[in-house]
Amino acid sequence: MIPRPFEYHAPTALPEVIALLGQYGDEAKLLAGGHSLLPMMKLRFAGPGHLIDLRKVAELKGIALVGGEIHIGAMTTENELIFSTLLAKHLPLLAEVARQIADPQVRYKGTLGGDISHGDPGNDHPAVMMAMDATFVLAGAHGERLVKASEFFHGLYDTALTPGEVMTQIRLPLPPAGTGSSYAKLKRKTGDYATAAAAAVVQVKNSVCVQARIALTNVGPTALLAGDAAASLVGKTIDEAAIGHAAALAMKICDPTPDLRGDEAYKTAMAGQMVERALRTAAARCAI
Amino acid sequence: MSKKTIVNFKLNGASTDVMVEPRELLIHTLRDKLSITGPHIGCETSHCGACTVDIDGASVKSCTVLTVQCEGSELLTIEGFAKGGVLHPLQEGFTQEHGLQCGFCTPGMITRAYRLLQENPSPTEEDIRFWMAGNLCRCTGYQNIVKAIQYAAAKMRGETVTTSHPLMAELSA
Ligand SMILES: Cc1cc2nc3c(=O)[nH]c(=O)nc-3n(C[C@H](O)[C@H](O)[C@H](O)COP(=O)(O)OP(=O)(O)OC[C@H]3O[C@@H](n4cnc5c(N)ncnc54)[C@H](O)[C@@H]3O)c2cc1C
Ligand code: FES
Ligand code: FES
Repeated sequence: MIPRPFEYHAPTALPEVIALLGQYGDEAKLLAGGHSLLPMMKLRFAGPGHLIDLRKVAELKGIALVGGEIHIGAMTTENELIFSTLLAKHLPLLAEVARQIADPQVRYKGTLGGDISHGDPGNDHPAVMMAMDATFVLAGAHGERLVKASEFFHGLYDTALTPGEVMTQIRLPLPPAGTGSSYAKLKRKTGDYATAAAAAVVQVKNSVCVQARIALTNVGPTALLAGDAAASLVGKTIDEAAIGHAAALAMKICDPTPDLRGDEAYKTAMAGQMVERALRTAAARCAI
Repeated sequence: MSKKTIVNFKLNGASTDVMVEPRELLIHTLRDKLSITGPHIGCETSHCGACTVDIDGASVKSCTVLTVQCEGSELLTIEGFAKGGVLHPLQEGFTQEHGLQCGFCTPGMITRAYRLLQENPSPTEEDIRFWMAGNLCRCTGYQNIVKAIQYAAAKMRGETVTTSHPLMAELSA
C-alpha cells in the first residue's frame, strides 16, 4: 500500500501552482486533503509523476460574506464548514452535509474543493452544490473563469476542470427569505458513501412553493439535478401528495451502479425515499 | 525517480529530522524510522483509526498522510502522553474504566479522544459517540471507551473521579 514514486512540490502562492501545472501538464496532480487521492495512489489507481500540495496556499482558505454571496476557499476543510458560525447563520445546509461525510479524522483533512473536484458521484458535496446553485471559480494560465455547479460534472471523475486549472473558490448565493433546505443520506455506517442521498432547497411564500432545487447523490455517473421533480413542486403546497409525486419523478432519472450497497431497484427506491425525507425537512424549515 | 528529502517536525515536543522519499506515508516513518510504534496499522485503507496521530491540532490517520506533508508541523502520538511517569487522565480513564481489551485500537482512541476533549471539554455520550466514530474497536463494544473518555473529561475539568467499574473499585478499595 505504498504509492508509486513522484516528485513533491509545496508552492506557497497561487501563481506558483499555476506555473507548476503548466510545466508538468497531465503528469501533475493537485493534492488537497489527500483523502480521496492518496487512497487511490496507494491502490495504484493513480500514479502522478508530480504532486502539487496546496496546503501552503493561503489564498485558498477562508469563508467570507461578500455582497449577496458566501465565498468559501477551496481548501476549507469539512470540520471548518461544521464549526463556521457564519455558515451556521446563513447556509446551515453545508454543516448538515459535512457532518454526514466520512468520519471525524477524514473531516479534518478533506476539503470542499477536493470533494467537488474529485468528480466522484459518491461524494456528497456535488449534489448539495447543485441544489444550492453554486458557482466555482477555476483559475489557470488564462486567468479565472466561473462555472456553475449544474455544468461542472461531466462524468465519472470527469469535470469541467482542465489539466492546467485549479479550483480556488466556491460561491453560494444567500438564500431568499422563506427558504428551507435539507440533505438526507442513507448510509450503512459512519464513513460510508451514500447508498442514495438527496439535497433539497425550497422557497415557500404564502404556503406555496415558489422555487425548488433537488439533486441526487450516487445514483448515476455524476450527481444528478432532478429538474422535473423540482419543477413539479412550484406553484403547489408542499404536502405529502406533492412530495410523493416529486420523489417519483426524481426516481425516473436514477441510473445507479449495483454494488454491495444494493441493486438498481433498491438504490432507486432509496433515492425516492431520500427525496421525500429531504423535502419534508426542507419544507418544515421554510417557516419564517 | 523521486529524490529523498529531509523533513523536520516537532514530535512529542522534540525537534525531529528524518530523511524520506516523498511517497513515504507518515505511519511508516513513525514506526520504521523513529521507533514510534504506538500508532498501529489496522486497515491501511483510512477506515479504522488505529494509526491516528495529532497533527497541528487535528486528529489525522497517519496511513493517509505523506511524511513530506508534515514539514514544520507539531505531532503528538501516544508516546507523548504520560509525563514524568504519571499517566495522562485519558490513559488513567482507559485503565480505570476497562476501556480496552486487546489494546490494539487504544493508542488511536486516546489520541483522538485527546483532540475531542480539547475542542469540547464536556461532551455528552452522544457527542463522544459521534466524534469518536472514526476509530473502530473489535473488542470492547465501545461502552467502556465512552466511560473512559467521560472519566478523563471529568478529571481534566478538575472534578474528583471514581471508576464506575466494579472490579476496579474493589481493587482500589
Ligand atoms: C474512509 C473515508 C470515507 C469517506 N466518506 C465520504 C463520504 O461519505 N462522502 C464524501 O463526500 N466523501 C467521503 N470521503 C472522501 C473525502 O471526503 C475526501 O476528502 C474528498 O473526496 C476529497 O477531498 P480532499 O481534500 O481530500 O481531496 P484530494 O484527495 O486531495 O483530491 C481529490 C481530487 O481532487 C483534485 N483536487 C483537489 N483540490 C483541488 C482544487 N482545489 N482544484 C482542482 N482540483 C483539486 C485532486 O487533484 C484529486 O484529483 C471519504 C474518504 C475516506 C477516506
Ligand atoms: S491504519 Fe490508518 S485508518 Fe486504519
Ligand atoms: S481493545 Fe481490542 S480493538 Fe479495541
